[in-house]
Amino acid sequence: MAQEKYETHEYDVVVIGAGGAGLRAAVEASAQGVKTALVCKSLLGKAHTVMAEGGIAAAMGNVYPEDNWKVHFRDTMRGGKLLNNWRMAQIHAQEAPDRVLELEEWGALFDRTKEGLILQRDFGGHRYARLAHVGDRTGLEMIRTLQQHAVHKGIDVYMECNLQRLLTDGGRISGAFGYWRESGKFIMFKCKAVVLATGGGGKAWKVTSNSWEYTGDGVTMAADAGADLMDMEFMQFHPTGMVWPPSVRGILVTEGVRGDGGTLKNTKNERFMFNYIPEFFKAETAETIEEAERWYEDKRNNRRTPDLLPRDEVARAINSEVKAGRGTPHGGVYLDIASRRPADYIRKRLPSMYHQFKELADVDITKEAMEVGPTCHYAMGGVRVDADSTATTVPGLFAAGEVAAGLHGANRLGGNSLSDLLVFGRRAGLYAAEYAKGMSGSLTVNNDQVESFARDMLAPFESTGNENPYTIHADLQQCMQDMVGIIRVESELNQALEILQKLKQRAKNVKVEGNRHYNPGWHLALDLHSLLTFAEAATLAAIIRKESRGGHTRDDFPNTDAKFAKVNIITRMRNGEMTQTEEPLPELPDELKALLEEKK
Amino acid sequence: MAEQQVHMRVWRGDANGGEFKDYRIAVGEGQVVLDVIHAIQAQQANDMAVRWNCKAGKCGSCSAEVNGKPRLMCMTRMNTFEPGETITVSPMRAFPIIRDLVTDVSYNYQKAKEIPAFKPKAKESDGTRRMYQEDIDRVQEFHKCIECFLCQNVCHVIRDHDDNKPAFSGPRFFVRLASLEMHPLDSNDRMELIKQKAGLGYCNITKCCTEVCPEHIHITDNAIIPLKERVVDRFYDPIAKLMGLFSTKNK
Repeated sequence: MAQEKYETHEYDVVVIGAGGAGLRAAVEASAQGVKTALVCKSLLGKAHTVMAEGGIAAAMGNVYPEDNWKVHFRDTMRGGKLLNNWRMAQIHAQEAPDRVLELEEWGALFDRTKEGLILQRDFGGHRYARLAHVGDRTGLEMIRTLQQHAVHKGIDVYMECNLQRLLTDGGRISGAFGYWRESGKFIMFKCKAVVLATGGGGKAWKVTSNSWEYTGDGVTMAADAGADLMDMEFMQFHPTGMVWPPSVRGILVTEGVRGDGGTLKNTKNERFMFNYIPEFFKAETAETIEEAERWYEDKRNNRRTPDLLPRDEVARAINSEVKAGRGTPHGGVYLDIASRRPADYIRKRLPSMYHQFKELADVDITKEAMEVGPTCHYAMGGVRVDADSTATTVPGLFAAGEVAAGLHGANRLGGNSLSDLLVFGRRAGLYAAEYAKGMSGSLTVNNDQVESFARDMLAPFESTGNENPYTIHADLQQCMQDMVGIIRVESELNQALEILQKLKQRAKNVKVEGNRHYNPGWHLALDLHSLLTFAEAATLAAIIRKESRGGHTRDDFPNTDAKFAKVNIITRMRNGEMTQTEEPLPELPDELKALLEEKK
Repeated sequence: MAEQQVHMRVWRGDANGGEFKDYRIAVGEGQVVLDVIHAIQAQQANDMAVRWNCKAGKCGSCSAEVNGKPRLMCMTRMNTFEPGETITVSPMRAFPIIRDLVTDVSYNYQKAKEIPAFKPKAKESDGTRRMYQEDIDRVQEFHKCIECFLCQNVCHVIRDHDDNKPAFSGPRFFVRLASLEMHPLDSNDRMELIKQKAGLGYCNITKCCTEVCPEHIHITDNAIIPLKERVVDRFYDPIAKLMGLFSTKNK
């Protein structure tokens, strides 16, 4: 029997992924008194959350007392071009302040206001200074705080353990299966509930801020287990990634640079963002440099600088400037804080940016402008979840954080990711624990299912093909970069689909050398399945949405379309084939509708 | 800059032994050691084991010894070496080898568990927890730690003395202990642990840890020495000892 053949553990709740969402989910499930395991691909504390820089969006009102959840809700919905799940946006805005204060309760030290409260910083698309932060290393503070809290709660942590498949019993979750990276041996979890907190799939693109872990595992495991995916066409290209030297292209430059006074300029020294204010944001955006400058100090009487429009708008603008020949020789634009703020202030507020540019690009950001351009950053789409409970459409399967869809709609505002992790991570842990407690009867693991997973995972060693997994990955990244990037067009999307089909065939002939003992070539060979699944779902959904909205811009359909304003694209895997349908958005209640209609 | 070839010597092997292997590979503009290791992995040795995540000095995963110096591979630029220089990359020496450049750093996770948790004081009467920036600046320095464990790797108390590990937490955890001890809201008492189980007394402040810290944390001056002073104040100062009979903890 499989249970005896492979190392097996039994839990009530298994949380996959140990970034902010996974850690918060595990802490909550454990606090609910259920037996909880936390499983992660890297060492604990190295997940992508550690790289988050700018801050956690939460309407605490410490800097602007006018701020409250209603304003945050409105900003989030408008930033997402109203495609957000309204209930998620409401819960998120309401609960974020408590989640931030809870981190403080667990030892986090945020930067302070003069009154000794948590300081909040400006960010794109947020009406008030709203991001709780620690310089530009907020993610590090958050993950370390959660990590230490989880460790002291005695949660079992399985590090460098890669779960690749979900086990199901009569359509319900019954476990998960994967391998230890160190030994290469298989490991099986029998459990009542699984929380996916695996992040996105940005490693399918070439210029990306994402690490090796971002291979679309959660989305793929969920789809393979029969769960619905949603909004896969919406990828966020962060406007400011490093562009030079080539080896660092894509590494993130925090939006905090602009929040703290930095501005974007082209090679003609123009603040070009004033030329890209869309109708949708006209009423709340400064039209002149003078008003924008006054806004930093007086938000009540002035409108926000267009440098801080939502990320989709800024990324498109940079792209257009470069295409129009006003970009830098390395294909970016300038981000200047050196000429606008004192050197000491820059080093204090943006220490890790200072360090990063100095060490990797020989640029002193207190003296010179940075060169920046868009980089693939975040998946708004992912696994479809219930707004309150984070339950997916598969019983026993929950999802929180970037892997889940809905909160951010067509485009995520900066700072809303860290708060998302905390708010919905907690809810995922809570509702997964409740589900596990309420489940009666025993679950069985289907041995045939397990054996077929094990065979698939060992296939690259026995392959008679000669494909190199690194080459297939590089070809996939090039394809997605060129054809499913910031600006899309139907002919290229169709071309991408053809290439993806060929890559899927080639992936079957992938051959790995060496043995199972800590073998990154084998690990990547196994990740190709999820990378390709993520890429295909994103491409198919992009073909269906024949309009431009948020993180999905179609050159052949440059405007928004009222028809598509009312639907999500749902992706399902059935018998190994992806099918897609348009399904209506949940209806917004009148009292929330009124919040959105308020001007400015 | 035209592409140039470099000669890399990378340690390959596992717990049973290994050796340096030679690779010749092209280096592109602005590349760091980690880029070159990745290129070798993609083109010449698919199974070469290496840890990495952020590639921007923020996660502390890619620690190794480059030409014998403990470094983050992602923050070590190739143009800092002489043209034609052979570059040697080996795993951290203080930890058991798993494979190639990957070591077993579980010692550190064990030590982290042994440190008593943060325990906040009661809230203020208005329900807030006020702290002032000047009171947290010194603790925020410690919170910059990315847990690359280079300070642990270089610490001579454990680098060549595995037998000291059970009784010594190492610089990383002295930083952690200092951050808790100096946290304005914390109310836990860890002085006994610091003196006994964490083995602070083994440290004779040679500052090797401070030198290799990629976050430039003043480990020795700002964490270890103040902790040593607190231990002395608590356990060896007769007046404080007498006062200690009547008060609880002095932050």
